[in-house]
Amino acid sequence: MAANTPHIDWLTISPEVALVATIVVVLIADLFLPRRDSWQTSRIASIGVLVSLAFVAILGVHSALKPLFGGAYVVDDYALALKGFFLVATYLTILLSVDYISEGDYYQGEFYFLLLCSVLGMTVMASARDLVTLFVALETISIPTYILAGWRKHDRRSNEAAIKYYLIGAISSAVMLYGMSLIFGLTGSTLLPEIAHNLAHVHNSRLLVVAIFLSLIGFAFKVSAVPFHWWAPDTYEGAPTPVTAFLSVASKAGGFVALLNIVFFGFGVRADAWVAPIWIIAVASMVLGNLTALRQTNMVRMLAYSSVAQGGFMLVPFAAYGIAQGNHNRAVAQTSFEAVIVYLLIYGAMNLGAFACVIAIARRTRSADIEGYSGLFNTSPALTVLMTMFLASLAGIPPLAGWFAKFTMFRAAIEAGGWAGASLAIIAGVMSVVAAFYYLNVVRTMWFRPAPAAAEPVKVPAALATSMALCAGVVIVVGVYPQLIAHIGDLASKVTG
Amino acid sequence: MHLATGFDAWALTLTTFTPLVGLAILLLIPRAEEQLIKVVTLLTTLVTFGFVVYLMSAFDYDKSSQLQFQVKKNWIPALNVHYHLGLDGISLPLLALSAFIVVLCVIYSWNHFPEPHNPKAFFALLLLLEVGMNGTFVAQDLILFFIFFELVLLPMYFMIGVWGGPNREYASIKFFLFTLFGSALMLLSFLALYFKGGHTFDIPELIAANKHGMTHGVQLLIFGGMFLGFAIKVPMFPFHTWLPDAHTEAPTVGSVLLAAVMLKLGTYGFIRIALPILPKAASSWAPWIGLLAVIGIIYGALGCLAQSDMKRLIAFSSVAHMGYVMLAISTLTAFGINAAVFGMVAHGLITGMLFFIAGSVQHGYGTREMSRLGGLLTQAPKMGWILGFCAMASLGLPGLAGFWGEFPAIASSFQPGAGLNEALFRGFMVVAAIGTVFAAGYLLWMLQKVAFGRPKPEFAESHVHDVATAEWIAWLPMLVLIVVLGIFPNIMFHTTNGAVTALTKVFGG
Repeated sequence: MAANTPHIDWLTISPEVALVATIVVVLIADLFLPRRDSWQTSRIASIGVLVSLAFVAILGVHSALKPLFGGAYVVDDYALALKGFFLVATYLTILLSVDYISEGDYYQGEFYFLLLCSVLGMTVMASARDLVTLFVALETISIPTYILAGWRKHDRRSNEAAIKYYLIGAISSAVMLYGMSLIFGLTGSTLLPEIAHNLAHVHNSRLLVVAIFLSLIGFAFKVSAVPFHWWAPDTYEGAPTPVTAFLSVASKAGGFVALLNIVFFGFGVRADAWVAPIWIIAVASMVLGNLTALRQTNMVRMLAYSSVAQGGFMLVPFAAYGIAQGNHNRAVAQTSFEAVIVYLLIYGAMNLGAFACVIAIARRTRSADIEGYSGLFNTSPALTVLMTMFLASLAGIPPLAGWFAKFTMFRAAIEAGGWAGASLAIIAGVMSVVAAFYYLNVVRTMWFRPAPAAAEPVKVPAALATSMALCAGVVIVVGVYPQLIAHIGDLASKVTG
Repeated sequence: MHLATGFDAWALTLTTFTPLVGLAILLLIPRAEEQLIKVVTLLTTLVTFGFVVYLMSAFDYDKSSQLQFQVKKNWIPALNVHYHLGLDGISLPLLALSAFIVVLCVIYSWNHFPEPHNPKAFFALLLLLEVGMNGTFVAQDLILFFIFFELVLLPMYFMIGVWGGPNREYASIKFFLFTLFGSALMLLSFLALYFKGGHTFDIPELIAANKHGMTHGVQLLIFGGMFLGFAIKVPMFPFHTWLPDAHTEAPTVGSVLLAAVMLKLGTYGFIRIALPILPKAASSWAPWIGLLAVIGIIYGALGCLAQSDMKRLIAFSSVAHMGYVMLAISTLTAFGINAAVFGMVAHGLITGMLFFIAGSVQHGYGTREMSRLGGLLTQAPKMGWILGFCAMASLGLPGLAGFWGEFPAIASSFQPGAGLNEALFRGFMVVAAIGTVFAAGYLLWMLQKVAFGRPKPEFAESHVHDVATAEWIAWLPMLVLIVVLGIFPNIMFHTTNGAVTALTKVFGG
């Protein structure tokens, strides 16, 4: 029998095709470009990302796209919005990387090649509605980042970062795969909608709990949720800072999208089997992430713990959804779905912005010690104001976008209601105050401390400045007029019915 | 609902956001052009105050219970949040106070710039602060209110942290975290109100909505969350500990704004939001609020007597004075809440003035330690007399504004609202009355230490500047208002009474 080739609608997967083409071009170009011109690969990569983004936009206008591969690959508005987010985040990451990578005597072509491979995984992830596709997408995201984390070959910290990240990643994948195989055994399908349908009839609930729990653990590693977070600070600190920015935003978002797909499209009906662990993981991430961040003296490590804590905030709507499933409160499904996406988008902008500032400042201080930020306001006021904005936004202070992210998250928890929802909201509220302390600690160092005697202004290269301006624009505009991203709510209503 | 038309529809928006326009202009001016920066800031605040004057003249005082100059536009339709502004008899005096004090602060700052100088950054923060303060007093949507309420945090944090005293880092972060903690729980309460109270954030709609969906227990909890948010801002005992630190370390203008306007955001929140939206919970909470208020009165007064720093003493006196305001609010009567609003304005003027003087004393002597001060009346007689005048006003001397905030507050607790324990509130009344004796004690003690006697040997030879021109311009309007409001208190009571009476109807008072 001839191989049964599935029908492929090329337009539907055009963003991915564009990315693949770019990946090939980057590799070939790097081969032929003389060494001193290899920075050109960054240009090719960013153009490719923008082309892919254009295809996403075209698809957004184009309506009625059919699911591909028997329903395993769905391109709806929700998937497109996330693809757009991943591509924009990658574009910003390239802007962050250009000067860092070209000045550091690193392999340039390979860097962008790996970055794009990872993004390819993310765009696939947004559409994945099948356990196998989901797993392949997750690995495509992860494997290039293992190598990227070890990019500074001669730096032992970077090596440590890579090896730790790789080992943990491999273990978590194995655990997750085991869980997924159990799910398959219980439901007889890998397609999420079919799993959702069949789960309702699964009676062996002990095995079900184990299966769901194991598959969730895998994602908990990816999004660095407590207690599976301890790779993050070392990896974040050791990896090149632009890679850290990428890991903490795009790669983490990849994990969250996987979690969204699997929880909302697959496991939703059996919230009884996962709501308790998710609740505990969310609370533990918020509490431990924030309390540990308090003690950090290194900016990147602090941002690592802050990203663990922010991940905890993002898990709150998942728990809210689970709680509400128990109360048969249908509206919460939409609220919490919306909250996760809104939080991801806003978190992406403010965290990338903060990392852009960290990279810029490190050009002068050569380190990420918070102490080195002393008196920055006196030497580089504009940069300080930007950094302050991003940090204040991370702390959730209005009218910067972070408040809206926190607000939607609180809203989901309060709407879910009951003691479980209310206590979750109160813990999140108290923890966001704790978070304000360490974010403001950096602000305090920049504004209130005297500058060292010979401090010179920080010179910000054009690419970095562009990325900061883009992030700052998002943080201000979305904060003042959140309605701009409120159409996400319509996506949510479509998806959750 | 009466939406305003024409210019009136824009009046509140302009009052709120004109400082933002000034801020934008300010950012374009190079840092070295200090004179220009000062002029632009002054003009911005004057224009803003001009709008407030227009509002005061066009306000229909016979319908002070109704929201006037209303605008309501969609802001975040997805969440049913509106850009809803409105002004009634309770908001008007506070809005006026806010815009008024900011102008005077700019004038006072003219040649009193605390280190590290940098007028551009200082005035930029001041203008941002004004947006938050003005906006809070006119917002009629809970989320909008929350945004403005929070907007004041960062500017004040920087004002204390950059231009403050030696212990400024501690004071600024303490101020910030305390307030943020309160407002986080307040936001949760707002959300709970939304889901339990008819899926709206609109304050008038929430007041009108029936609360059948909420059990009494839920109402109590929601009120509790808001209570924390507002009580920390006021601040009530035992949440007051941020205040003495913040006041002591803040630069003069920061202290003045904190005392004159920012503390009122908390008491205003009680009157505008917590009481009318959840009247039943308010009745249950009122005895506790009253209790904390009188503890605050006594504790604040005792705290004053233990201070050696003049500014810290004034800060503690704020705790006591805000205790009177909160006691008046906790009676849930029209009489009490009228007194509370009056007390807020009077405290704003008087304590604001006291902080100005403390700043000038610090400027002249380089210290605020009362044990080192003395003989202000001989070295700078005008300033000494003004200090005496303000101390008299602060202790509630009849004929000055302070009296009308304090005396009716005490009197109102003789007859608390329906359902409240009369004996308990009369007990509060006695304690509060004793508090006035303490107030006279610590204020006169401070006056004696600072103004009377002979200058200490270390300052005997030094030449202390008496009240300078900029100071006269900044202070005279406040001093005049303290007298005018003291003699014609009806200016205020007439404005607030309609709104307050309408508000207290739910309490059967």
